[in-house]
Amino acid sequence: MEDILSVKDLNVYYGVIHAIKNVSFHVGKGEIVTLIGANGAGKTTTLQTITGLIPAKSGEVDYEGKNILKVPGYKLVSQGIAHVPEGRRVFSDLTVYQNLMLGAYTRNDKEGVENDLQMVYERFPRLLERREQRTGTLSGGEQQMLAMGRALMSKPRLLLMDEPSMGLSPIYVNEIFEIIKKINSDGVTVLLVEQNAKKALSIANRAYVLETGKIVLEGDAKELMEDPKVKSAYLSE
Amino acid sequence: MSSFISFLINGISLGSVYAIIALGYTMVYGIAKMLNFAHGDIIMVGGYVVFVATSMYGLPGWLAIICSIVVCTVLGMTIERIAYKPLRGASSLSVLITAIGVSYFLQNAALIIFGADTKSFNSVVNLPSIKLMGGKIVISDETLVTILTCVLVMVLLTTFINKTKTGQAMLAVSADKGAATLMGINVNRTIAITFAIGSGLAAIAGVLLCSSYPVLSSTTGSMPGIKAFTAAVFGGIGSIPGAMIGGILLGIIENLSKAYISSQLSDPIVFGILIILLLFKPSGLMGKQIQEKV
Repeated sequence: MEDILSVKDLNVYYGVIHAIKNVSFHVGKGEIVTLIGANGAGKTTTLQTITGLIPAKSGEVDYEGKNILKVPGYKLVSQGIAHVPEGRRVFSDLTVYQNLMLGAYTRNDKEGVENDLQMVYERFPRLLERREQRTGTLSGGEQQMLAMGRALMSKPRLLLMDEPSMGLSPIYVNEIFEIIKKINSDGVTVLLVEQNAKKALSIANRAYVLETGKIVLEGDAKELMEDPKVKSAYLSE
Repeated sequence: MSSFISFLINGISLGSVYAIIALGYTMVYGIAKMLNFAHGDIIMVGGYVVFVATSMYGLPGWLAIICSIVVCTVLGMTIERIAYKPLRGASSLSVLITAIGVSYFLQNAALIIFGADTKSFNSVVNLPSIKLMGGKIVISDETLVTILTCVLVMVLLTTFINKTKTGQAMLAVSADKGAATLMGINVNRTIAITFAIGSGLAAIAGVLLCSSYPVLSSTTGSMPGIKAFTAAVFGGIGSIPGAMIGGILLGIIENLSKAYISSQLSDPIVFGILIILLLFKPSGLMGKQIQEKV
């Protein structure tokens, strides 16, 4: 399978702290790949480095065959990468509609944007109901849906998702993961970062386990689910 | 009664100038999270450009105003690029001190170029004044034009922010720079545009101010700048309608206290009211209540 994203020997520092240590992984076109690990393992940092929010010390991030490590973050959106950040980070003073349109900020094809807006409203009917509402008044689950819808408005080929289940009730968690599967089956490659390892492994094709900035395990998601180390460290209930 | 109305109208006019300046303060604060203390001195530069264009080159008033807006817009973007952009991510105190430095730089540059003597400024507004109530109330053309300009600026700016992509990008950057970047918004460019708009508005304010109070010196912009900053805080810094309301209220309070209490006490009264307001509503009239997370 052709890789859409491949990260090689990535090193990231926060001051003197070596947060990401020689991390390498790859994501094939059409896959769902998940990075799992405990709090502070470096999952979010990895995603933020890929989209240029945090500078890397060394390494390579190849997207569709080009090294994008030095490309400023804002330019990646028009190249097909969307990032749903940890904590959703929707614009809470703006309406749902304004948030969605900001997702399409880099696009100039009015008709395509209008179509995608309808597509997002179909996928998330609650956003249609609340489109004129100030985003700050939405529930956590609705805000997560908005963050995902906003990312889809840029028409991404690669979707990075950071802890979509964080702080959500179990009903919403199931719904969000169903939607991720659907987005993927429509042809969007997904790189998913999650603390909820069980859920993430259940929808992913492959997985990597991060521990204190290093990848310690990798493999088929189904196989990792049965791995005794993963079971005891991440799947115990 | 008629004198009260004319004091009130003059207050609204003075307040309109404050409001236009305050918009620049508040927009830059909202987006770059910095207090641009050099903003008042852009007003002075705007005044000098009009002075040079009309008295030395004999350009018509409207052309002089356009020159002034262009010069100030470019100046504002240049200052941002040279002085503030390298400090992105630095502590807010460093940025504040830099802004004060830029302010002194502009004042002293004007002092070197134009000398220390004040210049008399010919009003660029030349319309008949309006008489109401059988001549008891006279509204000067400057007063009227100032108020109308302020309304026009407010309408245009609100439309720009709500209806254009760049305007929405400004709101996004002001709320969350990281999330704005993830939308594909070029944060640095958006900040530069904000400085351009703020400085263009300062040029307009400079022309209006110098037309109503026709003297020009290197410190012309300082006091209106500080008053407008007060107006922005009064209305809630970061809020555009707040800057507008704050500016106009401040102008009215200042003018009425000059007329009925004491012209020397007007400034203490204005700042006193600000202090009292901030005691009860620390975020200003229209400012966002900052919620503390527990």
